[in-house]
Amino acid sequence: MTRAFLLRTLTKKKQFHVSTAPQPHSISNLSRFLSTLVLAEHEGGSVKPPTVAAVVAANAFGEGNSVSLLLAGSGSSLQDAASHAASCHPSVSQVLVADSDKFAYPLAEPWAKLVNLVQQRGEYSHIVAASSSFGKNILPRVAALLDVSPITDVTRILGSNLFVRPIYAGNALCTVRYTGASPCLLTIRSTSFPVTPATTDSEPKKAPISLVDLSNFEEDSINKSRYVGHSTQDTERPDLGSARVVVTGGRALKSAENFKMIEQLAEKLGAAVGATRAAVDAGFVPNDLQVGQTGKIVAPELYMAFGVSGAIQHLAGMKDSKVIVAVNKDADAPIFQVADYGLVGDLFEVIPELMEKLPQKKMN
Amino acid sequence: MKILVAVKRVVDYAVKIRVKPDKTGVDTQNVKMSMNPFCEIALEEALRIKEAGIAGEVVAVSIGPAQCVDTLRTGLAMGADRAIHVEANRDLVPLTIAKIMKKLAEIENPGLVFLGKQAIDDDCNQTGQMVAGLLGWPQATFASKVVLDKGKQMATVDREVDGGLETISVDLPAVITTDLRLNQPRYATLPNIMKAKSKPIKKMTPQDLEVDVKSDVEMVEVTEPPKRKAGVMVSSVDELIDKLKNEAHVL
Repeated sequence: MTRAFLLRTLTKKKQFHVSTAPQPHSISNLSRFLSTLVLAEHEGGSVKPPTVAAVVAANAFGEGNSVSLLLAGSGSSLQDAASHAASCHPSVSQVLVADSDKFAYPLAEPWAKLVNLVQQRGEYSHIVAASSSFGKNILPRVAALLDVSPITDVTRILGSNLFVRPIYAGNALCTVRYTGASPCLLTIRSTSFPVTPATTDSEPKKAPISLVDLSNFEEDSINKSRYVGHSTQDTERPDLGSARVVVTGGRALKSAENFKMIEQLAEKLGAAVGATRAAVDAGFVPNDLQVGQTGKIVAPELYMAFGVSGAIQHLAGMKDSKVIVAVNKDADAPIFQVADYGLVGDLFEVIPELMEKLPQKKMN
Repeated sequence: MKILVAVKRVVDYAVKIRVKPDKTGVDTQNVKMSMNPFCEIALEEALRIKEAGIAGEVVAVSIGPAQCVDTLRTGLAMGADRAIHVEANRDLVPLTIAKIMKKLAEIENPGLVFLGKQAIDDDCNQTGQMVAGLLGWPQATFASKVVLDKGKQMATVDREVDGGLETISVDLPAVITTDLRLNQPRYATLPNIMKAKSKPIKKMTPQDLEVDVKSDVEMVEVTEPPKRKAGVMVSSVDELIDKLKNEAHVL
């Protein structure tokens, strides 16, 4: 299967090269075979960390992969983000920028058309996005337009077409081989591809930035959806998805007022705040703090769960944390089966004691 | 207006699944199966829109083996008017499901297609987006609130995105996928379960709809995730802080 796939793709590439300008001979067949387009998410003039994780993942496809980042948006923050993208990771070889009001907001319809257009011109072997709400919204639509099956939430890359992804809320790991036509589309779980801090490179590499020609961008279906507004929780705390420490509260906190204890403890530890579905449904905290199968997937160095029973759906979102601490009154709570350190006790006594005895941490 | 709702039969969300020893998949024999929770929410939302007088008919669709009829009966008992069962005896990838849904949408001509945001077995989170892409319709994924404007033929949808909520408006027809917080699905009452037995379920096959059943993703193996090593119970906050500092080195 693998071989057939490779041969088919190479043949297709050859036809492509006959009809266009020949490539320099120094580029090997392999490097022509591996070329990845990463859909970049940006905010406030820089590329978001999950996008850099997607670049890290793209490097696992094989040697000689050339990685292009695609950014879309409008205005000066797009230009700043493009310049950040050019040096965000040494393996980025090109930054493509689509500058238009059509991309002012990340709507799926124009984005999917854009990726389709860029794919027609670049014939990438892989298209990758992080499994954020942005990536999950757009990538499957792109896949449908290209008539290929996408692969969601990849946690390991074993080869250019062999991947591991969790199924059944992370209770099983499925190894899948992509046997379809090029390109292979996937979203990656960013916590599984940690971004290592830049090495001693004195001069950061800057990849060339080029504008995507939008002159024949089809408009037919893209005006059918419009951005209306956004409500965010302004928070000083680190981002839940990438925090080093996460402090989570469950139903046992009993009220939004009591949940503030969790927030205070998180502040002291320089940690992000998480919540279970029960705590969100009860209105203690907004939904974007939910950790689990349907919320955020986190893998911090330290995960502290207070008053969390440990339902399957919650464990799906946190069981890859390095160290798990659980505090619960119920000694039989399933959370203790995954906890490295468990403490049976009343969180209303334990949290104040922790507040008093924990060393103060700087915000990170 | 007609609403098409896709529902999937999956292993019940409360079941602790078992990976087969030969690594070919997850054991689904003699395991409790239910309607996917996100699909229940999708159906509930469609029923509420009908009850508000905006939609005339709710049609539930399920694609898969013969037992999917049970899932459709559940949907009919909740209040769907009729059902379509596209029978297929092998696992279908979301792309194939999306192609079948596209064909059904062309036949039924609905104003809205509702799907759950993801199935809790394959956790793909793809089908709705692909249906929208194939139809060239706008999509509103991860919906936590749907407001329909019948006059303007438009839906305003709050979406659960990273970092908060996003509101978009989409022209109908559109595809909407539902998040957990959209609503609280109703329970089917006994009289409605009885009534559902006489509601029609139309049987079709992918061949009837001229959809080629093929897969471009091959499952190589399914394994259990690595087990975490057993933890320790501590007896006091002091002991906990000491362990985190000196044993785990995370403080």
